Amino acid sequence: MESLRYKTAIVGASETTELGNIPDKTPFQLHVDASVNAIKDCGIDKKEIDGIATTMNPVALAHYLGITPKWIDNTQVGGTSFLIHVRHAAAAIASGLCDTVLVSMAESGKSRVGQSSNSNFSDSSLEGLRDSSFPGQFESIYGVYGPTTQFGLGVLRYMKETGTTHEQLASVAVAQRKWSNKVPRAMYRDLITIEDVLESRMICYPFHLLECCLVSDGGGALIITRSNRANNFAKDPVYILGTGESAETPIVSQMYDMTSSTAFKISSKKAFEESGLNQSNIDHLMIYDAFAHLPIYGLEDLGFVSRGEAGAFIEQGNTSPGGSLPMNTNGGGLSYTHTGMYGMFAIQESIRQVRGEASNQVPNVEVSFCQGVGGMFMAAASLIFTNSPPD
Amino acid sequence: MTDTSSAYDRPLPVPVHEDLSKPFWEATKKHELIMPKCNSCSSIFFYPREACPECTSMDLDWTEVSGQGRVYSYTHVRQAVHPYFQSENGHIYAIIELLEGPKIPSNILECEPEDIFVDMNVVATFEDLNDDFTLLKFKPGP
Repeated sequence: MESLRYKTAIVGASETTELGNIPDKTPFQLHVDASVNAIKDCGIDKKEIDGIATTMNPVALAHYLGITPKWIDNTQVGGTSFLIHVRHAAAAIASGLCDTVLVSMAESGKSRVGQSSNSNFSDSSLEGLRDSSFPGQFESIYGVYGPTTQFGLGVLRYMKETGTTHEQLASVAVAQRKWSNKVPRAMYRDLITIEDVLESRMICYPFHLLECCLVSDGGGALIITRSNRANNFAKDPVYILGTGESAETPIVSQMYDMTSSTAFKISSKKAFEESGLNQSNIDHLMIYDAFAHLPIYGLEDLGFVSRGEAGAFIEQGNTSPGGSLPMNTNGGGLSYTHTGMYGMFAIQESIRQVRGEASNQVPNVEVSFCQGVGGMFMAAASLIFTNSPPD
Repeated sequence: MTDTSSAYDRPLPVPVHEDLSKPFWEATKKHELIMPKCNSCSSIFFYPREACPECTSMDLDWTEVSGQGRVYSYTHVRQAVHPYFQSENGHIYAIIELLEGPKIPSNILECEPEDIFVDMNVVATFEDLNDDFTLLKFKPGP
C-alpha cells in the first residue's frame, strides 16, 4: 500500500475554551465547544466537513453540528483513540472515502457532569467489582481497580532489571513541571524538586502523588484534510508524515513483558518507517504520561535511548527546557491537564509546537513525534507531524 | 453480596464465576491450583480461554500446577480505590510468575510489605472466604 506520508494535514486544532475545572458543562457541551473552536481556528466552512471521528456517539455530534458525514469512525481504545482517529482519517482521505474530517474529544473527568459516578465506590456497593470479566474475576478481588492501583504494576521489575532509581522516576515529574511553569493554562505550574516528589503522599508504591496524573475537565478537536488543499485555511498546515497503531492487552497484568510496551514498539516503528525519518530527525516529542513511568518506557520503546537509559536521560535534563530532546512541553498529564483520555492534548501540543504557537515554544521545531497510550498499556498509536511543505 | 475475610477483617468482593473459569474457582475450594493446558501444543496459559493463545487449538484441559513461583512485580497499594480495601498499611498486589510459566495476579500474605522484593520465591496458599469461595493467594515459600 502507498504510504500516508504527506497525503494529509491538520488545518484546524483547538482545545476547549476553558480547561481544568468546568463544573457547568456536560461532555457534550465541551465537544461542541472544542469542535466550534477548531472550525474557527481554520476558518473552514462547516459544510466542507464530510467525515467525523470521536469516542462518543459520532452520529449525535455530527447531527448536533449539522454535519452529514460520508465517513465515521468510533474507535474507542482509551486515551490514544484520537491519535488512531487521525491515522484512520488520513487513510480515509488519502483513499478518497472523504475529504475533510473532524476529530473531537471531550470529558468531564473531574466534575463528572451528567455522569453516574462509577469510579467513586461507596461503602454500600460492590457493583463494578463483581462481574465475570477477567478483571472482575482475577484482578479486582485482590484490591485493585483502575489506573492508580494497576498501571504501574510492572515498574518495580523494570527498576530492578535496569537499575533505574526512585529519584529518576521522580525526575519525570520535576522535568515536566519546568515546562508547565511557563504554560498559563497548565493546572500545576509551581516548580518542584525530586525531594518534593518523594515526600508527596504514597499512592501505590513506588508511585507518589506527584508521579500520578491530575484529573481535569476539557477537550479538543482537530480538522484534517488533503494536503493539496491544506494551504487554503487561516493557518499554515501541519502535515502528517507518519502514523502507527497497535494493541496489546485489555488486562494490564497479562502484558507480554511488563517492563516494555509491545504496542509502543509496533506503533512507533510503523510511524518512523512511513515518515522516512528516524529518531535523530525529531525536534519535539510528546509521550502520553498518565504516570511517571510512561515517558521512561516510551523513550526506550520508541528507540530514542537504549534499554535502561531513559531514567538517567530525563534526570540529566535532556528532556527539560534547553535539553536536546524537548518532551511533554505543555507539562503533560502530570502537570498540564488529564481528563481521563489525554491523547488529544498531546496531539494539540505537538501541533502548537510545530505551528510555533505554544506557550512554552521550543525554537525551530520542524518535526514533532506524538506517542499515545490507551487504557493501561492496552493500545498505542504514534503520529509524526511537520510544518515543512512537501517537495 | 459480601463476605468476611480474616486477612482484611472486612467484607471482600468475591469473584463471579463464568463457565469458562468455573473449574479454576472450584479447584481453589479444594486448595488446588489448576491452569488451562493445550492438548495440541502442550502450552500452559493464563487466563482461561476457549482457544489456545499459542496455536488456537480448542482441545484444552486443566492441569494442576506446583503453586510455586516468584514475585514478577508488585505494588504496595496505600490508597485503595475501593473502600473495602482501605487499611492503615495498605496491601500488596503482585504478579506471580509460576514455575510453569503463566503470570497470575494475587496478594502476598504472611510477609511485611517492606520485606517483599522482586524475584522473591512464593508459594500458593488459599483463603477460604465462605463455603462458596476460596481465593488464591501467595506467601513466602521455597
